[in-house]
Amino acid sequence: MSNTLTESGSRGRAGDKVFSGIALFAGCLILFVLFCVAVFLLWQALPTFTADPAEITGGSGFWTYIWPIVIGTLIAAAIALLIATPISIGVALFISHYAPRKLSQGLGYVIDLLAAIPSVVYGAWGMTVLAPALVGPYVWLAENAGWIPIFAGPASQTGKTMLTAGIVLSVMVLPIITSLSREIFLQTPKLHEEAALAMGATRWEMIRMTVFPFARAGIISAIMLGLGRALGETMAVAMVLSGGGLIASLIKSGNQTIAAEIALNFPEAFGLRLAELIAAGLVLFVITLAVNMIARWIVSRHKEFSGAN
Amino acid sequence: MSQTATRTPSPLRKNTLTKNQLPKWAIWAVLAGSLVLGAAVSSLIGFHVVGWALFSAVIFVIAGFLVTLSVEGERKAKDRFATNLIYAAFIVALVPLVSVIWTVLEKGLPGMTSNFLFTSMNGMTGVVDNETVENGTPVLGGAYHGIVGTVLITFWATVISVPVGLLTAVYLVEYSRGGPLSRGITFFVDVMTGIPSIVAGLFAAALFGLIFGPSTRTGFVAAVALSVLMIPVVVRSTEEMLKIVPNELREASYALGVRKWRTIIKVVVPTAISGIASGVTLAIARVIGETAPLLVTAGFVNSINFNAFAGWMTTLPTFIYRQLMNPTSPTNIDPSAQRAWAAALLLILIVMLLNLIARVIARLFAPKTGR
Repeated sequence: MSNTLTESGSRGRAGDKVFSGIALFAGCLILFVLFCVAVFLLWQALPTFTADPAEITGGSGFWTYIWPIVIGTLIAAAIALLIATPISIGVALFISHYAPRKLSQGLGYVIDLLAAIPSVVYGAWGMTVLAPALVGPYVWLAENAGWIPIFAGPASQTGKTMLTAGIVLSVMVLPIITSLSREIFLQTPKLHEEAALAMGATRWEMIRMTVFPFARAGIISAIMLGLGRALGETMAVAMVLSGGGLIASLIKSGNQTIAAEIALNFPEAFGLRLAELIAAGLVLFVITLAVNMIARWIVSRHKEFSGAN
Repeated sequence: MSQTATRTPSPLRKNTLTKNQLPKWAIWAVLAGSLVLGAAVSSLIGFHVVGWALFSAVIFVIAGFLVTLSVEGERKAKDRFATNLIYAAFIVALVPLVSVIWTVLEKGLPGMTSNFLFTSMNGMTGVVDNETVENGTPVLGGAYHGIVGTVLITFWATVISVPVGLLTAVYLVEYSRGGPLSRGITFFVDVMTGIPSIVAGLFAAALFGLIFGPSTRTGFVAAVALSVLMIPVVVRSTEEMLKIVPNELREASYALGVRKWRTIIKVVVPTAISGIASGVTLAIARVIGETAPLLVTAGFVNSINFNAFAGWMTTLPTFIYRQLMNPTSPTNIDPSAQRAWAAALLLILIVMLLNLIARVIARLFAPKTGR
């Protein structure tokens, strides 16, 4: 009897060891994969850095090649965030503090629906519906605001410009910023809000005094996560933007982003060109990694009193 | 009865209470006025519904602010202004959603035929499409190969991601004691959530390119790329679900002399299984629409390929992309566009269905917590 007990006990102990070992292995595997992503990209990109600068696309080295598309990526992400941030904070406030209580959960689903639509569908929509619709406004902008460098004409006749790509990107990052901000707005302590209202504050004053200070870190990290998405988004830009060299005007065809450059050229690339594109991917990886790490760091710094994580 | 006399509000007092209040109809009057004025302004530069709505909205927000400012004072005016802006933000956010869904339904429904669902693009050349347009016959060719590819690649991605994600979550919740390793894993899982999908695709392409020679493109390479995107989602959702399993259940199990690993397998995971299943379903819904990593890992073919380990593979997203960007017949792009939009509709339906299934699972099989 005692024999069987100890037997099963030792078998159980072995099982414990094996299981915890497997779990630990799985956890380490994730770190290993992330490490591999960096190493393999670096390994495959290496020929670009050692190659003769004249052989690189553009003919004057990798950094001259990558610089315009890094700037293009940043421009597209900046447009997307400029449009999406105020709107998504407004939508989040609407759902958390303005909409009737019965509606607000349903509205949350509607915003999640926006996030569920695949990026290629947004790209298709941007290229067949949005771009033609924006030709008129672009022409008007070029005529009336052409003295501002970003609206310099002549406007694109297809509407496939940086501004269109930025607008499509803003539609795609909007649900991310909205749902994260909404979560945080809903966690504002009820007592703070009621105290503000009891002092005679209007609803807007209540939001400014209690909700925003509480949610500031969360909003910033939500914006950073949206930025990460906007930087890495590929299809929308690849389909909507007819790319080219770096130009200041946002309503002419031109500019390119890293992700779209890779997606458009990778299928036909080989040899040094392949290494170039992988190096471009490495640059994108480093940029988004930095953005995400900063976002997470902000969240973790404010972990105690905000539920943004 | 002097008391009743003091209780009845004097006309003077009532007047001061309502003096600085706009009547309820005032805001509707402002809205009507803004609509008329907006129509007038927009017709000055050529009438258009969008222009009308835009001008009316701007005029309404400003007029609402000014009217409230003049009657109710600055604080109320600011409140009104903010309220109007927040409502406007919500309406603006709905415009693209409605437009996207309307476009997909309008352009996708005509192409949703059994022919589209059950034939591939094998042998479909520009000549076929040109004849279709000239003779006005139904569009031939479909996305069957794309459906097969999507199902297979997503299946393999799930097979890779679910065990790894599940076990990592188990490690984080059950075994780690908040040490540097677990904090590192949590941090990098969060960071991994933000990896651009194209970089995940490049990683898989680079990895397999190094092992099997450059330009190795199969369904399995794509599945590896997708699992890089999927694992962090699975880890996060499973972690959340394991955390809310009550500690009493674990302790009851330990008290009966059950080993930790059997407790996890027999008690903890079954309790949280509904949440885990719905999290996995949401993760599948997230990766099934990915396009960029598939472009660089799975290639593109017109024929059906059932083998994920050899040969190029098409998925629905890459099918949409290719049909729109490189139409089968460059002169008659309508058949290609119709196929692409039908595929988009199908893809959205699949994603919506997965989201719905996730919610149903979470609701139906949720453990009774007694709360």
